[in-house]
Amino acid sequence: MSLLQIDNLTVEFETSTGWFRAVDGVSIKVDKAEVLAIVGESGSGKSVSMLAVMGLLPATAKITADRMLFEGQDIQKLSGSERRKLIGKDIAMIFQEPIASLNPCFTVGFQIEEVLRIHLGLDKKARRARAIELFKLVGLPNAEERLNAFPHQMSGGQCQRVMIAIAIACDPKLLIADEPTTALDVTIQKQILDLIMDLQARTGMGLIMITHDMGVVAETADRVVVQYKGRKMEEADVLSLFENPQSNYTKALLAALPENATGDRLTTVSAFFDGNPEPAPSASATGANA
Amino acid sequence: MTTDTMLEVRDIKRDYELPGGFMKPKKTLHAVKGVSFKLERGKTLAIVGESGCGKSTLARMITFIDEPTSGDLIIDGKKMDTRPGHLTSDMRQKVQIIFQNPYGSLNPRQKIGDVLGEPLAINTDLSAAERRNRATEMLIKVGLGPEHYNRYPHMFSGGQRQRIAIARALMMNPKLLVLDEPVSALDLSVQAQVLNLLADLQDEFNLTYVFISHDLSVVRYIADEVMVMYFGEAVEYGTRDEVFSNPKHEYTQTLFKATPKADVESIRARIAAKKAASAA
Repeated sequence: MSLLQIDNLTVEFETSTGWFRAVDGVSIKVDKAEVLAIVGESGSGKSVSMLAVMGLLPATAKITADRMLFEGQDIQKLSGSERRKLIGKDIAMIFQEPIASLNPCFTVGFQIEEVLRIHLGLDKKARRARAIELFKLVGLPNAEERLNAFPHQMSGGQCQRVMIAIAIACDPKLLIADEPTTALDVTIQKQILDLIMDLQARTGMGLIMITHDMGVVAETADRVVVQYKGRKMEEADVLSLFENPQSNYTKALLAALPENATGDRLTTVSAFFDGNPEPAPSASATGANA
Repeated sequence: MTTDTMLEVRDIKRDYELPGGFMKPKKTLHAVKGVSFKLERGKTLAIVGESGCGKSTLARMITFIDEPTSGDLIIDGKKMDTRPGHLTSDMRQKVQIIFQNPYGSLNPRQKIGDVLGEPLAINTDLSAAERRNRATEMLIKVGLGPEHYNRYPHMFSGGQRQRIAIARALMMNPKLLVLDEPVSALDLSVQAQVLNLLADLQDEFNLTYVFISHDLSVVRYIADEVMVMYFGEAVEYGTRDEVFSNPKHEYTQTLFKATPKADVESIRARIAAKKAASAA
């Protein structure tokens, strides 16, 4: 049984010109202890599909899926309160903007202890001890003092460590990381990726890494899903994706990497789509859907 | 070989005074601590470093937005007098800057035609019809069309906006362009288009670029020379091949190690290491 299995997920938003389909029939599967990367450009629907799983989309969004199973249980059929018990405990998420996703009015200690109180019901002393333990685990120095700091007193990398600590506070079975390092410097990105991958290996949780950076995919993923304009273009294990990409879109993305430049101009994605600007899903993607 | 130096910076420094408070003395922050380099006409210098290393302060000094605390700035063979009030519009026209965020650097209430026409209206006495012609020509040059003249910035995508910012910078025929992370806010496919456009424009107008970036793969692609900054100092400076094949400073080596590698061999090595770890 897979940890998370989504079949034929579609998300639509109402706009002034009619319904806009942000995610169009995407199927995703993650196993225990597996690292799945979802790659795509902005507007490819990679974040929206995961927000739909988390139940974080506004009520105006129309979400339909044949199945949305987490450990064999259909999340769609859960009531609001049942779902809230699951989210943040068994499924946790890290967001792109660490400073914006923490509440500026409360200390980081309060924010991590809130999770422990609501989901695990620990008393004050146990919460404090666990929070210090978590801060040490994510590599924040002076954990005891750091608990009393406000988000604005910390750097972007430190805030992201706090976010990770909050996400792993209840030992989740699935961690969704939505562009966790995009806002960070290269050297800090390396540290944060190492931390996430180390935690994943140690706890054996499933990990979904949402990113637009092919380098991050190459360094973290076991399996990769490539999305474009809400549709799945390709699904493959990481080595075959880089060695032998099947869909035109993946080929185009890899060719547009500056390190793959041949000659003095880069290959652009549109050059691959000459006469066919909307690439059809490749055979491998449709095959995986069936 | 007689070198045709476009930009020379000699021991340039910038200090910021941090205000003190009650029982707290004033502090001086040395943002840039004496940087020197020379850049030939038509070449690209890339400045690499993490946030807070002083690379943007350096860019602001080269474009006269900020006044250096000490040091000389020589552009096109002339020593620039950077004291406030001594800058002429002539000097300002030679150097233009393009910012990182194309969403923040365009006025949302100004039509694209007016964005491009404004530098001409201020600096020249061209007629309105002539300004319109020049703006339309420039739009076509950066890969947009005459139909975009009357539109507002919100009607464009990030890549298109960066093209508009580039067009605006080129309106006064500058010789030196400072690009402050021009592609880091853009998607991979759009990034490739904008980098190609910059390369085309450099060939056509013989432009000199100072390209600020933290993305080493972009730097390797676009730069002739590379300077690595760390805490306000230039810790590494040389031609692209020197720096990339033989990084000397410890920080440069850390930077190279931290950059994700997307080649098949490194993926293979990683998977093998992971299998070994899980078997053990």
